[in-house]
Amino acid sequence: MRKNVIIKTISRLSVPFIQVFALYVIVHGALGAGGGFQGGVVFAASFILMIIAFGLTCVRQRFSYRWIVALSALGITIYATIGLLCLIPGGSYLGYGSIETALGVPHLHGYLIDAVEVGIGITVMATMTSIIYDMSDRGGESS
Amino acid sequence: MIEPLYELFFARYNYWMAIILMLIGLYALIAKQNLVKKLIGLNIFQTAIFLFYISLGEVRGGTAPIYLPEGVDALYVNPLPHVLILTAIVVGVSVTAVGLSLIVRIHEEYGVIDEADLVQELRRR
Amino acid sequence: MTLIEHLPVLVITIPILASLLILVAGWWDRRFCYPISLVTILSQFGAAVIILAQVMREGPIRYHLGGWAPPLGIELAIDSFNGFVLVTILLLAAATAVYARRSVEHEIGPEKTVSFYVLFQLLVTGLVGMTITGDIFNLYVFLEISSIAAYTLIASARKPRSYLASFNYLILGSIAGGFILIGTGNLYAATGALNMLDMARLLPASFELATVHAGFLFLVIGYSIKAAFFPLHIWLPDAYAESPSAVTILISTVMSKVSVYALLRIIFTIFTTAYIIDVFPVTGFILFIATVAMIAGAVLAIAQSDLKRMLAYSSVSQIGYIMFALGVANQVALEGGILHILGHAVMKGCLFMVAGLIIYRVGTSRLSDLEGIAKVMPISCAAFALAGASMIGIPPTIGFMSKYYLVLGALEAGHWAYAAILLLGSLLAVGYIWRFIEIAYFRGNRDGGHRARTLEAPASMLAPMVVLALLCLFLGIFVEGLMEIVGPAAALLLGGA
Repeated sequence: MRKNVIIKTISRLSVPFIQVFALYVIVHGALGAGGGFQGGVVFAASFILMIIAFGLTCVRQRFSYRWIVALSALGITIYATIGLLCLIPGGSYLGYGSIETALGVPHLHGYLIDAVEVGIGITVMATMTSIIYDMSDRGGESS
Repeated sequence: MIEPLYELFFARYNYWMAIILMLIGLYALIAKQNLVKKLIGLNIFQTAIFLFYISLGEVRGGTAPIYLPEGVDALYVNPLPHVLILTAIVVGVSVTAVGLSLIVRIHEEYGVIDEADLVQELRRR
Repeated sequence: MTLIEHLPVLVITIPILASLLILVAGWWDRRFCYPISLVTILSQFGAAVIILAQVMREGPIRYHLGGWAPPLGIELAIDSFNGFVLVTILLLAAATAVYARRSVEHEIGPEKTVSFYVLFQLLVTGLVGMTITGDIFNLYVFLEISSIAAYTLIASARKPRSYLASFNYLILGSIAGGFILIGTGNLYAATGALNMLDMARLLPASFELATVHAGFLFLVIGYSIKAAFFPLHIWLPDAYAESPSAVTILISTVMSKVSVYALLRIIFTIFTTAYIIDVFPVTGFILFIATVAMIAGAVLAIAQSDLKRMLAYSSVSQIGYIMFALGVANQVALEGGILHILGHAVMKGCLFMVAGLIIYRVGTSRLSDLEGIAKVMPISCAAFALAGASMIGIPPTIGFMSKYYLVLGALEAGHWAYAAILLLGSLLAVGYIWRFIEIAYFRGNRDGGHRARTLEAPASMLAPMVVLALLCLFLGIFVEGLMEIVGPAAALLLGGA
């Protein structure tokens, strides 16, 4: 139908830019406004745009429920594992300073903060996408 | 006579805004019959609380709490309420998501999402 | 040993990792969920006992997350009161984890089994975090984590009314969360601190401010809604009656108790007794409302026709007992109240386990359908009788011990009338406990057709129930050992920080 052409074209053009912006927001959490949650939500918004423009089945083929379950577990596992790794050299939970002094790499503190933010972003993106899948599914596939 | 009035209303306008929004949200939560409108009222209530918190951290003449480049001396707004509200926003989003899923299920089960109709459905069963 | 130092944070992190493991492993094969869940909860229970032993030996533990000391960082502060509530939570969680397998198969069904176990772990995370945190905003965050898990768990029964019960609870619980947030904001505005001990140090300078009074009221009302303190208990009967049995056990015994713990912590540690007795005298009012709660809950329980709803209203009454201890606010009454946190958890857990067993075998919990059920389920009804005796307060069970301390504390403070009303409340408890016992044991010489042989439930459901019932008796007999923990806990509360 002709009236969908505009929506589909514009979505196809904007989705990559939205996703790059989402990655920018995630990584700049430590330096400015942003962070894991905000970037994850913007990333999920790109998927929502695709669902609105192209329909649920099309998006589901590319990003299946199996991936969503795996990614949402992966993100928090990154977070919790980095926190627990900080216990090994003797610091407290999420005390990045202990790993930094143990490995001797400068500025590792900042990199670990970014890694944790990436983990949070992955989980938030997967969870938000699963919410929109379940709400537009109308009683189809169950968890 | 102008002085106390100014002190009460205009100097503290942020608290008044937050209170008025909170009461609008609570009214929607309690008085509206449609379940989705109740959830929207809950959202308004929570947003008003966030406004209240962030206005607490305001410093007169302060700028956004992001480090400016070296050498620039600046007065920053208190960043702690911003961080607290980030967490509270996530909580609000999760509660809204769970609430909306429940409304979808209630609609699938009973066919209505209006409270008055819902009471009739329950009485019928 | 360094591992023991880090136990406080491990107790919170391990269930989060376990929930993710269950999510991935359960997606692959459903039978992995139960063993992983069981191992996690049992190891947490062991960790909680070790933590409590260390606190009793060496004094309060203060663990700084991220290495940042307060007031910059969040800390976990465990003292004897915390540790006691922590062990209670994990004891009940362990019992539920053992019990859950058959009950979940029967009442929730295969599609939602994985989600049940994931949410169960997250609920335990939220409750444990709420108990051991030392930061007042972190308390709110963990409260919301546990609440969201609870909303979803309550809605997972295969009954349409559970959706409505969960939605009702969601609306009221979120209003409560909003009030708690406003109260925390008020206190933060007055003191500038979020750490509980720092706030307790800074607050007395601002006791006269209206901000602090408003913060106190919002916090008390918010936490009272979550604790189902009469008359803010409206969500409770539906939520307890319509949720699956395994969920009911956990939320009825532990969730409202942790909110009561939060209330006690805020009132006694942050706003010390100086505030609630001299500056903003609210203890008399709380005492009055608690007494009304005790009587009203018991009366409403007697009027019910469904077993789970009856036990739900009984919970409203029992929360009134713990708030009675808050209203009296002296050493002996607080000891009784804290002991009742453990006692009621064990008693109510056993009673709801019996209800779950009855639903598992008979399929209904309406009292009129349960006539003569003691002939086919002898062990369950015996456990009900024992836990019910503890609920009424027959010596030497633990129910009697906690009520004894409460009455003693009330008499010491000169509240003769309130002590008498407390004893009257115990008599009313006889009303609803005896109702079930009469229906189960003394009515109906028919077997009901399909129940032609002993229909006792599987061992994985019987064992935790029998353990809890026997604990009702043994904890009462060996109550001096408990008082060694509860006594210092009550003294700690009354002495402020």
